[in-house]
Amino acid sequence: MQSTIASVSTQEVKPLEQLLEKIADHKGCGTSSEGGKASCGSSGGPVDMAPEVWEKVKNHPCYSEEAHHHYARMHVAVAPACNIQCNYCNRKYDCANESRPGVVSEKLTPEQASKKVLAVASAIPQMTVLGIAGPGDPLANPAKTFKTFELIAKTAPDIKLCLSTNGLSLPDHVDTIKGFNVDHVTITINMVDPEVGQHIYPWIFWKNKRVTGIEASRILTERQMLGLEMLTAAGVLCKINSVMIPGINDKHLAEVNRAVKSRGAFLHNIMPLISAPEHGTVFGLNGQRGPTAQELKALQDSCEGDMNMMRHCRQCRADAVGLLGEDRSAEFTTEKIDEMSEVVYDAATRKAYQELVEAERSEKVAAKEAAMADLDVTDIKIMIAVATKGQGRVNEHFGHATEFQIYEVGSNGSKFVGHRRVDLYCQGGYGEEETLPSVVNAINDCHAVFVAKIGGCPRDELKAAGIDPVDRFADEFIEESAISYFKEYFARVCAREIVHVDRGDADIRQGAYSAAA
Amino acid sequence: MAYEIVASLCTGCCACEPECPNEAISEKKNVFVIDPAKCTECIGHFDEPQCVAVCPIDHTCVIDKAYPRYEVTA
Ligand code: SF4
Ligand code: SF4
Ligand code: SF4
Repeated sequence: MQSTIASVSTQEVKPLEQLLEKIADHKGCGTSSEGGKASCGSSGGPVDMAPEVWEKVKNHPCYSEEAHHHYARMHVAVAPACNIQCNYCNRKYDCANESRPGVVSEKLTPEQASKKVLAVASAIPQMTVLGIAGPGDPLANPAKTFKTFELIAKTAPDIKLCLSTNGLSLPDHVDTIKGFNVDHVTITINMVDPEVGQHIYPWIFWKNKRVTGIEASRILTERQMLGLEMLTAAGVLCKINSVMIPGINDKHLAEVNRAVKSRGAFLHNIMPLISAPEHGTVFGLNGQRGPTAQELKALQDSCEGDMNMMRHCRQCRADAVGLLGEDRSAEFTTEKIDEMSEVVYDAATRKAYQELVEAERSEKVAAKEAAMADLDVTDIKIMIAVATKGQGRVNEHFGHATEFQIYEVGSNGSKFVGHRRVDLYCQGGYGEEETLPSVVNAINDCHAVFVAKIGGCPRDELKAAGIDPVDRFADEFIEESAISYFKEYFARVCAREIVHVDRGDADIRQGAYSAAA
Repeated sequence: MAYEIVASLCTGCCACEPECPNEAISEKKNVFVIDPAKCTECIGHFDEPQCVAVCPIDHTCVIDKAYPRYEVTA
């Protein structure tokens, strides 16, 4: 391995930067494939995370808020069958709540899947994680799931493997998971009380029977807790996903948080229910609403004291390829994969890229720490929306943004608290009037919006809505800029030039994140 | 009678295929079909027809009236 590293000169790194630029340039006004989005948050190792856990997750785009600026994951759809039914899921179509495509979307054999992974990993050096998340439950398709892992582990041992499951058959597979060195498992746990569960799960398929009602949820929660305990005991990292369903489990999720934390889960991701009649789900059809941005943030805040919360989950499509929020899957369709004769796995280029990224990440952390040095103490906190296409910088035009990163800034520094999807404001000349109000609604809880560039018209309208459009931090690091903006803001409050007010609530856009290919 | 799969409803998720005790289910052009000659309605194996119990779409695995009721031959 040593010799491979030594043979990569800086010259050879250049093409990688060009590739990255190409990825970033890939998007633009009016085009439909929007690349380069990534969200981010904290600096180096979070204070409340054990060093050995941080070591494992720091390059994992789904687990580390900061890593998914730089690293990408992909999912392959090899597991179409499921063994339970959830009221927020319509098995036919792409599921907006779990990161998984619908059954009718692409379905791959383990052989096709591993070929695709190797092709993508060679073209996109930041691809470090492979996940299997469905369309059904990976552990209801154990043969296909583990065959895929086996094929990839053989050729590309540097790729991390992860899987998501509803947990029902998890206890049966812990040994195999451990055997494949899978170090990340996500379990979707929406309740620990069958009384609550009966409103979420109409049935499970268990021991050759369809079990319904309270009994179904009793078995499910028992299996989920057992599976979680067994994984923790086996040293496999475990993340919990929960879907927040107002009126059904919103009050109950704090209890779920305690239950999973006491069993060793290292991260808890609370996601908003995505629900609309056209999804054809039970919740969609009976008018069950999802939470507002403020409700979601309040719940995440209340659980945060207890354990690491993950706020950057985009509920992105499971078969997406690229950095979180960016989708290059059109380049790697099944047809194109089948056409490729032999895929040569490019380990050296990948290694070189990853070293480049590490240097950039340290620089970013240092910049934030320097900015933090002379921060005044105050209770005032403001929220800032940021248009970015990655690398932790303010580098996206307002009109090209399909989502905004939301940061909360106060005397404790800046913290990533979520992201908001919006419809493209700039569609090359049409639809602008219609989309601006929806952009304003999506970031209505923010005091300012950081952009690389913004037109005169949206600038005036944002000002009218009380949101300060800021373009002077173009291409700067996000967190460093947020902190210096806060310093200025606070100075003006002290000088009584402006009065600080908390802003209102904001909308969570309904519909899965799935950029058109 | 045997069971049959309503092709227009089947998602092709394959959940039923491995559950069938008689290997009566196979894939055909992205949907699944039951071989009526092999299907025993799960009689003698399980209390419920497995394909019906596991299928995520209601009324997709249904009785095929074209066939007489399966009988256990002694
Ligand atoms: S576990 Fe996942 S695939 Fe299965 S029904 Fe629930 S949401 Fe759908
Ligand atoms: S009813 Fe039983 S035997 Fe017949 S196809 Fe379904 S699973 Fe197989
Ligand atoms: S379980 Fe139902 S939907 Fe899935 S393949 Fe079988 S018949 Fe089709």
